[in-house]
Amino acid sequence: MSNRIDVKKTYKLYINGAFPRSESGRTYEIKDAKGVFIANPCLASRKDLKDAVVAARAAQPGWNKASAYNKGQILYRIAEMLEGRRTQFVQEIVSVTGITKVKAEKEVTESVDRIVWYAGWSDKLSSLSGALNPVAGPYYNFTVPESMGVIAAIAPESPSLLGLIDAIAPVIVGGNTVIVLASTKAPLSAMSFAEVVATSDVPAGVINILTGKKDEIAPWMASHMDIDGLDISGLGAKSHGAVRSAGAENLKRIYSFNSADPSRILAFLEHKTVWHPIGL
Amino acid sequence: MSFYGLVDGSDASLRTYLNALSGVDQIGADARASMLATRSIKTASKRWAIDMAISMVDLTTLEGADTPGKVQALCTKAVRPDPTDSTVPSVGAVCVYNDMVGVARKHLDLIGGSHVGVAAVSTAFPSGRASMPVKIQDTADALNAGASEIDMVIDRGAFLSGDYITVFNEIVQIRELCGDRAHLKVIFETGELVTYDNVRKASFLAMAAGADFIKTSTGKVAPAATAPVVLVMLEAVRDFYSMTQTRIGVKPAGGIRNTKDAIKQLVLVNETAGPAWLTPSLFRIGASALLNDLLMQRMKMDNGYYASPAYVTID
Amino acid sequence: MKFDYAPAPESRSIVSIKPKYGHFIDGKFVAGRKHFPAINPATEEILSQIALAGVAEVDAAVKAARKAYTITWSKMSGRERGKYLFRIARIMQERSREFAVLETLDNGKPIRESRDVDIPLAAAHFFYHAGWADKLEYAGLGTSTKPHGVAGQIIPWNFPLLMLAWKVAPALATGNTVVLKPAENTSLTALLFAEVCQQAELPAGVVNIVTGNGSTGALIVNHPGIDKIAFTGSTEVGKIIARAVAPTQKSVTLELGGKAANIIFEDAAIDEAIEGIVNGVFFNQGHVCCAGSRLILQESVADEVIEKLKRRMGLIRVGDPMDKNTDLGAINSKEQLLKIRELSATGDTEGAQRWSAPCDLPKKGFWFAPTIFTGVTQAHRIAREEIFGPVLSVLTFRTPQEAIDKANNTPFGLSAGIWSEKGSRILWASQQLRAGVIWSNTFNKFDPTSPFGGYKESGWGREGGRHGLSAYLKGVGHE
Repeated sequence: MSNRIDVKKTYKLYINGAFPRSESGRTYEIKDAKGVFIANPCLASRKDLKDAVVAARAAQPGWNKASAYNKGQILYRIAEMLEGRRTQFVQEIVSVTGITKVKAEKEVTESVDRIVWYAGWSDKLSSLSGALNPVAGPYYNFTVPESMGVIAAIAPESPSLLGLIDAIAPVIVGGNTVIVLASTKAPLSAMSFAEVVATSDVPAGVINILTGKKDEIAPWMASHMDIDGLDISGLGAKSHGAVRSAGAENLKRIYSFNSADPSRILAFLEHKTVWHPIGL
Repeated sequence: MSFYGLVDGSDASLRTYLNALSGVDQIGADARASMLATRSIKTASKRWAIDMAISMVDLTTLEGADTPGKVQALCTKAVRPDPTDSTVPSVGAVCVYNDMVGVARKHLDLIGGSHVGVAAVSTAFPSGRASMPVKIQDTADALNAGASEIDMVIDRGAFLSGDYITVFNEIVQIRELCGDRAHLKVIFETGELVTYDNVRKASFLAMAAGADFIKTSTGKVAPAATAPVVLVMLEAVRDFYSMTQTRIGVKPAGGIRNTKDAIKQLVLVNETAGPAWLTPSLFRIGASALLNDLLMQRMKMDNGYYASPAYVTID
Repeated sequence: MKFDYAPAPESRSIVSIKPKYGHFIDGKFVAGRKHFPAINPATEEILSQIALAGVAEVDAAVKAARKAYTITWSKMSGRERGKYLFRIARIMQERSREFAVLETLDNGKPIRESRDVDIPLAAAHFFYHAGWADKLEYAGLGTSTKPHGVAGQIIPWNFPLLMLAWKVAPALATGNTVVLKPAENTSLTALLFAEVCQQAELPAGVVNIVTGNGSTGALIVNHPGIDKIAFTGSTEVGKIIARAVAPTQKSVTLELGGKAANIIFEDAAIDEAIEGIVNGVFFNQGHVCCAGSRLILQESVADEVIEKLKRRMGLIRVGDPMDKNTDLGAINSKEQLLKIRELSATGDTEGAQRWSAPCDLPKKGFWFAPTIFTGVTQAHRIAREEIFGPVLSVLTFRTPQEAIDKANNTPFGLSAGIWSEKGSRILWASQQLRAGVIWSNTFNKFDPTSPFGGYKESGWGREGGRHGLSAYLKGVGHE
């Protein structure tokens, strides 16, 4: 063991393609499984959430407009970048959660593969969830999926990386932008994942990552009128009722998921039906 | 000629004028026409409509087998459609080929039908495929024989090939020839123009060129006077009136065989061009079999029971 | 002489309205305890007395639905279930005139619309969904083939039987059983539908119909025996329902309000656009959640369109809904009439210019002449709030993007219209508009195969088509 002093990372938020500290100046302490101090990640405030929503809203039209092929490639690029930093992620997961290296490697591997899986959905969604409807009249009538807009998501406490991927990738693959609140206890992989995102051709504002307390931020997410949908899979079940109730003010689409499947993508898409006459 | 100040007679100005027209959505026009076809016309209004329709009929015979005898019988029917009921109005006109115009005019005058017009189909009817001198001679013959209305066909080939100025100039020349002697009806043969966009374009072209009436069809091509085609033409005369304060007439011809069809036409007029067009001087129906059905329906309304064809004259 | 159309009334002798109705629970009509009147809005005549369901009736209906679900309906093969729906569709077609007359008497809508739109479409919804019953494994991505269980369905008064069909047909096809509450003002066709269920020999308890007002609706929403809520109505009530079910596991679909923009580009087929505007906002007296109540006109054609529109509005035949020639019938209720009056009065006070088609309104009943407001801006209440009546607000735009921005500048997102003869512009606009249904060069068209439903505050989920069906199946992988 060398005597060199580590250069430790300051864990910050990821908003609009930049890494700001919380405007509140608040942080909280995280420790490893043995109780040894690891880092002081930001305790995101309501204002941080607001800033992230502004960024996500601004980025959404452009991201939505990107071709499905392009979106798929950018998601794939995230997987490429993550693959290249496997060791770091494994190390962080092990240090924070105390799980075995084998288990952590498995999680990181699955995370990479799952991003690739989601990436491939980008240009299949319309074919599989759209429709050409045979209406009884001289009209061409089709239904297409469209992005819903700005989606907030609460990642589960664990698995801290794979859960984060499930909170982000299905939301953005359909053209939404996302604000995700990372695992409170294990936020390191989320903040390192932000670095992956920042180097993956993902336009600023498409993915925004906050760290902080779920029961503090979830109600703000639910009541924010410029958030269109909310994934509460990572929120404790006892808080779901209150959050759903707060979200009713703008009839926010609020879902909780327990697996990775296409319904996770479809939940945050709107289906638009277009009519046009067929005539001479 | 001034062409209402809409065009100056040049190809360029005609194109500019026609290109400024809005399009017609076929499905929308069809839907409007079929909605108006659901109007239910009953009792007093039906009785009124039947008499109005009779007075609007251009009683027509356009057959190779036409003879003076056939035409004279037609004229008799035109003046007094129901010989047993003098309250039945005369029809608007008889419509014949130009060689029968003299026969018709003479017979009408003889039987007290001088108020009934004689319309002559003209300009190489029904195809319109002849040289301009032939078309002019054709029209002149009819006028000289006493025609008070000229039903000319347009050159559909020229129209469909985009040679609008030729179509325009032909109408202008026939219009000049008619002068004060005859009203000019311009037949489009909408079944050959096919699209409602073309019908609207032909309508505005003919109106600017001096048509007094625009007419759907020769009766020789199907489809002829479908409700949506008539709707589009009625919208055209309505809009032309807004532009020029001049009312142009409309004549559907072909396929209007019974009272129900005729009343649907009157509903179209009433709710499109408006009540001002509900007069034989602005709306005519080119037909032959229609008249007897109108008479039978009229009898039914008067007597309260359904009529039989045995009680209306076959010619 | 003018071509006046003599009255052409549809005969009401085809329907027999009972003096008093009960609820339809477990396959039988059950007498009610309290009653309230069903009023013909065109005449203010009391048509019948409708029962007001309370706790006991809602509870009995839910129990009947649960029993039918457990014992019969969930055990039956899709193929057999479908046959019941086909039967219902056929009987509705057979009795369509009866339904149409009853709907018009109870609702005030013109017989032409109930006869040509509401009833045929309602039957078509059953026919379409019947065919789904044995094909649920093909119903799409992210759904299972399992129904929720008992569906509580609350429907509005604007299309009483059609909304019943939109709700009941997919619920039954997917194997759910139903407790349905028709709107307070329009219960009669739902009660006639109960007779159809009997004629179709639908197993008892599969469809239960309880009548009543908002209190009855609340009992359904909050009943612990209900697994799924489907509601069509106002956004205000939709939010109340969303809050009520928030702590529960109930699945919810909501079809709520709208303030649809109908955008007319300068290259539109103007005459058909005029028809589309009229159909968009005066169809069904404007009592349509997807009504094109905001006309957004390109400035270069604004004068021409307004002139033609006024002329066309003058031709709208307002009056006796039973007359086959009537285009605009009665406002559904006195309360709704007052709402329309109140909101349109703000148009005057906020400086918009009102024009109403000249027409003689009947002395009795609830009536409102077709009306447009010009000079309206985004800030006017009549440009923002749903009027749900025959009132059109006219705004203008200069560039396509401005039209889209104005159209989208609302918390609603149910429908929108585009009129242009340019294909690429239509496709562009249809992508830009944030609404669930886009009618281009047409308006207010509906079909059982075509998903219908809104973005944003216009609701949750779709009705119709494969997408509507999936709302009645349990989701895969999420609650």
